[in-house]
Amino acid sequence: MRRIEAVNDFVIKFANVNGTGSASANHMFAKSIFRMGIPVSPRNIFPSNIQGLPTWYEVRVSQRGYLGRRGGVDIMLCVNPQSMADDIQSLDPGGYFIYDSTKPLDTRLMRKDVEFIGIPFTQICLREYEDARLRLLFKNMIYVGALAALLNIDFAVLKDLVSDQFKGKEKLITPNVHAMELGFQYAIENFSCPLGIRVERASEIGEHISYTHHILMDGNTATALGAIYGGATVAGWYPITPSTSVVEAFERYARRLRIDPGTGKNNFAIVQAEDELSAMGIVLGAAWNGARAFTATSGPGLSLMTEFLGLAYFAEVPVVLINVQRAGPSTGMPTRTQQPDILAAAYASHGDTKHVLLFPSTPRECFDMSAQAFDLADRLQTPIIMMSDLDLGMNEHMSPPLEWDDSRKFDRGKVLTAEDLDSMDARFGRYLDTDADGIPYRTYPGTHPEKGAFFTRGSSRDVYATYTEDGEAYVHNMQRLLKKFETAKRYVPAPKIKMAKQKASVGALFFGTTASPCYEAVEMLAKEGHAVDTIRIRAFPFNQDVEKFISEHEMVFVIEQNRDGQLRRLLINEGELPPNKLISILHYDGMPITARSIAMSMRDSLSDNKVTPIIRKTVRKTAKKVKS
Amino acid sequence: MSYSKPKFRHPELPTNELGFTKRDYEGAISTLCAGCGHDSISAAILNACFEMSIQPHRVAKLSGIGCSSKSPAYFLGKSHGFNSVHGRMPSVATGANLANRDLIYIGISGDGDSASIGLGQFMHVVRRNLNMLYVVENNGCYGLTKGQDSATADLGSATKKGNANPYEPMDLVSLALQIGATFVARSFSGDKKQLEPLIKAAITHKGFALIDVVSPCVTFNNSVTSTKGYQYVREHMSHMAVDFVPMREEICTSYQAGTTQQVCMHDGSAVHLHKTGADFDIHDRHAAMEAVYQHKKAGEILTGLLYMAHDSDDLHEVLGTVSKPLNALSENELCPGSRFLDSINEGLR
Repeated sequence: MRRIEAVNDFVIKFANVNGTGSASANHMFAKSIFRMGIPVSPRNIFPSNIQGLPTWYEVRVSQRGYLGRRGGVDIMLCVNPQSMADDIQSLDPGGYFIYDSTKPLDTRLMRKDVEFIGIPFTQICLREYEDARLRLLFKNMIYVGALAALLNIDFAVLKDLVSDQFKGKEKLITPNVHAMELGFQYAIENFSCPLGIRVERASEIGEHISYTHHILMDGNTATALGAIYGGATVAGWYPITPSTSVVEAFERYARRLRIDPGTGKNNFAIVQAEDELSAMGIVLGAAWNGARAFTATSGPGLSLMTEFLGLAYFAEVPVVLINVQRAGPSTGMPTRTQQPDILAAAYASHGDTKHVLLFPSTPRECFDMSAQAFDLADRLQTPIIMMSDLDLGMNEHMSPPLEWDDSRKFDRGKVLTAEDLDSMDARFGRYLDTDADGIPYRTYPGTHPEKGAFFTRGSSRDVYATYTEDGEAYVHNMQRLLKKFETAKRYVPAPKIKMAKQKASVGALFFGTTASPCYEAVEMLAKEGHAVDTIRIRAFPFNQDVEKFISEHEMVFVIEQNRDGQLRRLLINEGELPPNKLISILHYDGMPITARSIAMSMRDSLSDNKVTPIIRKTVRKTAKKVKS
Repeated sequence: MSYSKPKFRHPELPTNELGFTKRDYEGAISTLCAGCGHDSISAAILNACFEMSIQPHRVAKLSGIGCSSKSPAYFLGKSHGFNSVHGRMPSVATGANLANRDLIYIGISGDGDSASIGLGQFMHVVRRNLNMLYVVENNGCYGLTKGQDSATADLGSATKKGNANPYEPMDLVSLALQIGATFVARSFSGDKKQLEPLIKAAITHKGFALIDVVSPCVTFNNSVTSTKGYQYVREHMSHMAVDFVPMREEICTSYQAGTTQQVCMHDGSAVHLHKTGADFDIHDRHAAMEAVYQHKKAGEILTGLLYMAHDSDDLHEVLGTVSKPLNALSENELCPGSRFLDSINEGLR
């Protein structure tokens, strides 16, 4: 048997039972590698359940900085007998299966091409601890300690992490470190450590790129912080996985950063509403009244908010909606990721509506776009929907540090003050296209005793907001809204284009969390001689660069995480593009898309031989620079 | 009906403390049916605001969908208004109020809007004790879609179509009392002597103030078989006279001693209640619920101020928001700046 050997380049998966505290131990494992300067991307793969069901935690370690899922598993750490049989099967040939050997492993499950490493976690716990709860919790720390020995993780880094985690609860530090030491000792005494797979500090293997200034952050926290920086003061929301932590993080930060120093009172208001309709109603009312307001939700919530979204579109109210997408429907797979709401969000509501969408693909971009969403909403006086997803929102991702330009000012858009109204000769018309960009001027309620008041309705009104059902006035208004949507193209984030080293006739188009594995897949193909240019969409409406990119390539892969190729359909719908040129690569099993699967699909399309098996070398090149 | 308003103003129209005449509180010409109860309610709101010398632009009017919800266009034309979504006005009002606590919020809803499609939102805005006047223009039917029964139609009551309603009615007053409303009143659109002081008291009240106003639909639900028609309501109303005394005025009443209850409000204003049929403490929620129930059992509609909390925290006080309106906070007060990001970044390494 040839074992996989690799340094700083592998996938490890933890198979746990949910509700046992494993996620925080697994997180500590991932963070220890990150603190050694090596890029990691941990992913919590969890059920919609509180206790007892199988849950997994997959950590990608990649010195080259690939942060998407790769596909395949090199090391499986399994402490859940429920999923053991499948977990063994899911390992790549040459991989390692680390398991609780307190009870002997069923020999029928054994594989000849996998190395089995049994550690009696439960037995160690029974020996060391009296309390059942401690036995459960410390088992996790014991396996983290064992992994430190098996994978050459700096034990001092882990000790620091334990200290960080239990700041303020110092008496918990020593027993947690002790638990890790138990695992570490057992591994050192019983196995030849480290394994063929290991980590090394980047500097020690001659790597010049260090990631120590990077941060490890989940997208929802970054989004919440963006809302703080973007000046949001009102949040209406309703709990729904995977968006809940956006508002929870917003509240956490607001309690630190938004307390009036003089009075100790809050410069913000958060209302957990009775449902998503009400959540969006609160946002709409607050935004109408001049506050920056937002809500966060996921698919079913988006459905419930669509009536209000339509009103906000027609009444031109600047609402911000964070949609952390998940697999549909309501009793669908709420804890699994997808990008399935593109069309539902783009055309949300009744009547002719379309909405500005933003597609972040990193926590840094969640922060930037979330803050920018408030400027865009105010500037365009229309809903702005930021399309995050579960993978981005709830998992931690390595990201460049967050930055804020202190010279930046909020763009509150076209708002008339009392002075503006006094100095105006012409009559104020709420829906007049004064600047010929489709964006009218607004006033906040209470601005002026005599001027600027208007009655807000959907669409049965003229440019002065006076009631009318006149057809011409309606059409005129609809045309102006269309013009405004054109104007939006000038303001939304432009796509990111990366050209291949050689001239390419093939392009790849993607957005959000699909981007990272796509870039990796494109590099895989480049090594095989296929040049592919890429364009990462960051917003809808699409600007002219998107159409230009598509027209300059013979074939463009549109890669996304849903069944129906929703972004492709939106491109065709909005851009009058030749559909046969746009080749869908789709993935929608609820797990984040992998680089390998994208590369395989592209390879299939690009090579004459349509069936090219992926052959993975058991020993990868990166493994050569191993210290003795 | 007329289609445009005459611009002529009588030179000696009375003015209020702000120097405004009633004309300054008018809105667009009503497009509701002649004789509609809702127009009387609009007039009562207009009069109340005029007499209280409220600056029209400091009022925000919000409504849902339906005949009732059209009516905010017909009073206070110098106020911003928002004709929002069916049954969802409470949430829009919540957001608006959170954005600027300094304005006066008047929500106009109907029985379809509040008791059916928006029942959930109605209940929750009551729970939040949002500082607003919430008027339900209650006619027991859906006017704008031509006379279907609503959830407040009484059992056996029949609209013009003649079919007796087979379902138990929803009583918003009882519901509001049950879930902790801090100001609950019922009135009749045809009784402006009672309605106007109630509106004044409700506007003065700090917190959520519900006035459920029986407001007959002359076109679809004013037949003799209806319990929401003018005739039936007049014949079955148990009437409690209400006076509102603003904080700076001397208190004087014309009622006999012993029959009047004086209720002080948080700003020093007072409400005087002159009781006839019902005798219960206005601060006793259970007594109010009992009185509403007993009158209903006797086939009567109890009107007047039914309950008012001594003191209660409105939503801003519950949430602990600053006294400055949130929509007036400056960028400096809202954006922590790059310095703080450094410490955030450090904590994520």
